[in-house]
Amino acid sequence: MSDINVLTSQDVYEIIFRIFDVIKENEKYLTDLDAAIGDADHGINMTRGFKLATERLKELNPSSDVGTIFNTVGMALLETVGGAAGPLYGMWFMNMAQVVMGKSELDKKTIAEILEAGLKGVQDIGGGTQPGEKTMVDAIYPALEELKKAAEDESVSLLEALRRAAEAAEKGMKATIPMIAKRGRASYLGERSRGHQDPGATSSYLIIKTFYDYLKEKTGQS
Amino acid sequence: MVGIVIISHSKKLAEGVKELVLQMVREGVKIEAVGGVAADPKALGTDPLRVKEAIEKVFDEKGVLIVGDFGSAILSARVALKMLPEEKRKLVAIANAPLVEGAFAAAVEASTGGDLESVKEAAEEARNLKKI
Repeated sequence: MSDINVLTSQDVYEIIFRIFDVIKENEKYLTDLDAAIGDADHGINMTRGFKLATERLKELNPSSDVGTIFNTVGMALLETVGGAAGPLYGMWFMNMAQVVMGKSELDKKTIAEILEAGLKGVQDIGGGTQPGEKTMVDAIYPALEELKKAAEDESVSLLEALRRAAEAAEKGMKATIPMIAKRGRASYLGERSRGHQDPGATSSYLIIKTFYDYLKEKTGQS
Repeated sequence: MVGIVIISHSKKLAEGVKELVLQMVREGVKIEAVGGVAADPKALGTDPLRVKEAIEKVFDEKGVLIVGDFGSAILSARVALKMLPEEKRKLVAIANAPLVEGAFAAAVEASTGGDLESVKEAAEEARNLKKI
């Protein structure tokens, strides 16, 4: 098994198509989670958004840089998702794009940097969202912490870094179950929002996990 | 005159608020309504790109006030602000106000020549309006 140290723009391009597949497969799951504490449209909205994102990517020059790919995705999500996830995921991708404009390869450190910029976008647009408020941030924040640690440690491969990030995101997602929602539609429920997994944290975990799954498969093949 | 942008998840609601405000405040107030998702006319939602376009349509050197319903309307407004050039961004504010009453109060204040701060304040004070 040879070690892959970077994600190329071609990898990122393919990962976006994978994310669309994963979101589509989980459309009902995400919408059901949202039905419990939100307005029952998260899966539908995210599928619509990533569908347009992949259509826009098909129109791009295949050798486009990673920044252009992320920016294209972000704009498509802003335009089509509709619910709160539109501005939040749109800013996530557009903020990531700003860090890697013109780049065609992402190493461990750069991946930590883009996720950090993406998280900042999500927090800003949400009005200063912090971990523990039952949102996307609860999945992204711990994943970023793991990536940052891995970026500093020479002995950790890119694949292992992404595995740890996905694992941390999953833990963060599950940790939203007992939380009381402090943001968005779910926050109107107060105590009654307890006992339900946050749909936004769930879609964020699925996206982060797709990066790992893609590289795991690619590493296995090479 | 301060411009006003109405955002609702429902296009009909946004346009209805605009219609109502224009009917009640006649002095040529600059007002745009945005709502819904272009990709799916049946879906409710908001679109930051169209919010940005609306801001530009009513843009005035005295500023623009955004009045939204809730949730993603406010999030979309924040994204739209980030997409504006700095010199325009500082002239746009988001009101923490009820949609119908806030838009109406803002339009009255704007039509009498109020500045952005007083138009925003009028919208936000509309929450205290007693109806009975």
